[in-house]
Amino acid sequence: MINLPATLKISLRALRVNKMRSALTMLGIIIGVSAVIAMLAVGTGASRQIEEQMSSMGSNLLIVVPGATTSGGVRMGAGTQSTLTLADAEAIKRECPAVEEVGPNLTGVAQVVYSNMNWSTGVVGTTPGMLIVRDWTLSSGKPFTEQDVKSATKVCLLGQVVVDNLFGDTDPVGKIIRIKNVPFTVLGVLGKKGQSATGQDQDDTVYIPVTTAQKKVFGTAFPGMIRSMMVKARGAEYLADAEKQINELLRQRHRIGPKQDADFTVRNLTQMMQAREESTKVMTLLLGAIASVSLLVGGIGIMNIMLVSVTERTREIGIRMAIGAKTWDIRLQFIIEALTLSLIGGLAGIIIGVTGSEILSALFGWPTIVSPLSILMSFSFSGLVGIFFGFYPAYKASLLNPIDALRYE
Amino acid sequence: MSLIQVNGISKVYRLGDIDLKALCTVSTKIEQGEFVAIMGPSGSGKSTFMNILGCLDKPTTGQYMLEGIDIGKLDRDELAGIRNKKIGFVFQGFNLLPRTSALENVELPMLYDGIPAKERSEKAAGALKNVGLEGRGGHHPNQLSGGQQQRVAIARALVNNAPIILADEPTGNLDTKTSAEIMELFVKLNTESHITIIIVTHEHDIAAYSKRIIRFLDGCIVSDEEKGIRGQGLENHD
Ligand SMILES: Nc1ncnc2c1ncn2[C@@H]1O[C@H](COP(=O)(O)OP(=O)(O)OP(=O)(O)O)[C@@H](O)[C@H]1O
Ligand SMILES: [Mg+2]
Repeated sequence: MINLPATLKISLRALRVNKMRSALTMLGIIIGVSAVIAMLAVGTGASRQIEEQMSSMGSNLLIVVPGATTSGGVRMGAGTQSTLTLADAEAIKRECPAVEEVGPNLTGVAQVVYSNMNWSTGVVGTTPGMLIVRDWTLSSGKPFTEQDVKSATKVCLLGQVVVDNLFGDTDPVGKIIRIKNVPFTVLGVLGKKGQSATGQDQDDTVYIPVTTAQKKVFGTAFPGMIRSMMVKARGAEYLADAEKQINELLRQRHRIGPKQDADFTVRNLTQMMQAREESTKVMTLLLGAIASVSLLVGGIGIMNIMLVSVTERTREIGIRMAIGAKTWDIRLQFIIEALTLSLIGGLAGIIIGVTGSEILSALFGWPTIVSPLSILMSFSFSGLVGIFFGFYPAYKASLLNPIDALRYE
Repeated sequence: MSLIQVNGISKVYRLGDIDLKALCTVSTKIEQGEFVAIMGPSGSGKSTFMNILGCLDKPTTGQYMLEGIDIGKLDRDELAGIRNKKIGFVFQGFNLLPRTSALENVELPMLYDGIPAKERSEKAAGALKNVGLEGRGGHHPNQLSGGQQQRVAIARALVNNAPIILADEPTGNLDTKTSAEIMELFVKLNTESHITIIIVTHEHDIAAYSKRIIRFLDGCIVSDEEKGIRGQGLENHD
């Protein structure tokens, strides 16, 4: 018959007595668990951020920008003159079968004023098509229409950040704001999207009809000028076709000969993002590998301490057996000792790992996500190492003759 | 029925190809209340014999009866129970748990006997008082002298009211004066509490405290003399 409370007492007493050993064992577990949790949190956070950016950007996207492609990449230096027009955008939508929707862009920074509040933000002149391209829905109000674009109406859609800064809690729909001193009626509010891949706040924006931007806000170097356009293909499998069709159409419209450099570039945004996502996945794997090494090192540390203390503990077991400890008194003592160390060490490791992840994201602005799997994995690995190496020598010693345990060297 | 009866026990150690006979067919009886000294040259099998009597080791052949129980028929845990309740073992090297207070060391046999905490500490304190260590319960072994450590070990051997104390060279690490004090303690336990005491020693003045001397040579008992009175019958030898 085993006396559990007494054994518990013996275990805790033994842990207290061997403070250094207990602390070092726990340290091994703490390092292993917290390292894995923190490292994987950084990796998971990074790839989750990219996934979110991808879905907030919209899917199956191409971007058409002015300037030629050189073999070294995209040439987009200062003073690159725009060569794209609204008519180009309309033509792409009309004539490229692989294209679903086109959103032109005429962007500039402008002061936006409502009553006594003002806010400097990016004003985007575009068409209703842009909302489809970006998979962007309104949180209130309604979008402007093709008719608004045709007649260059002074209407606008506000990003959430602009609403927060100009209106506070007031409903902005139907109110009049001034952009560069031109009065605009607020038609609706854009749904929240968060950060873009380049780190900009996508909600800090105002959408107006592209024609209004051309004629009343920014002006143009030539009639119908836009800065760039975003194109949504009919599906992932149409991206390559769309790219080809746009290239052919624009070369023809811009009258560029087959040997000449084009004065525009079509880039596959979705592909670029996917490449980034891939590299983040590789990074997560690398971080995981580093973390596994520290888990392993922690495990080896636990193992060392446990094995080094075996001689001392074997004599202790001999003494205990000599004064009447039964087989399971001994085994239970060591199981409880190892469990206690693993549990306390594991919990401390989880706390340190989670707070460490939060400190990392606060310090460096890295998004971190603590995954339950990393907690489970590291906790059970260090726990098992601790329990195995804490218990196995004791198990072996419990099978010895008391006199052999007493004489063990 | 004798307290201890061994019938032809032997102990053989296998060392590689050769068999080393540490104990060759030993038979003897020890009665309740005796005070026995075991003597003999180094390597003659005294400790081997004591470890078998203390149920710390098993004989290769032969039968060991303790209070009429055949020890050879008991399993590990039943043997642990015997060590816990019937036998107090005192070692030359004390074998106290390090970094553990004297009181906690003395409490240990009672922990394995499932005795409640309050009774445990009362009895442990009583046992420490009995061996002359009143008020030293909080000291750790490394804060005690050799003699004091051995007293703690004796208190631990006593605390479960074991009828037998086995002591293998209990004074081997102690000076003459301290040895005499420890021996006086054994005598007191023997006369006042009628505890059976079996003690291994090399020294005649230690053996002089006993009433009976068993001598070993090369694993065999070569002489066994009852003196009846303590301190007699020693002058004739060596
Ligand atoms: N575990 C063992 N393995 C092999 N041989 C052993 C073992 N233990 C004891 N022996 C041998 O058994 C013999 C008797 O040893 P034992 O320890 O009983 O002697 P002892 O009479 O107690 O000697 P001492 O007075 O030096 O303590 C010795 O020859 C010793 O070498
Ligand atoms: Mg010996």
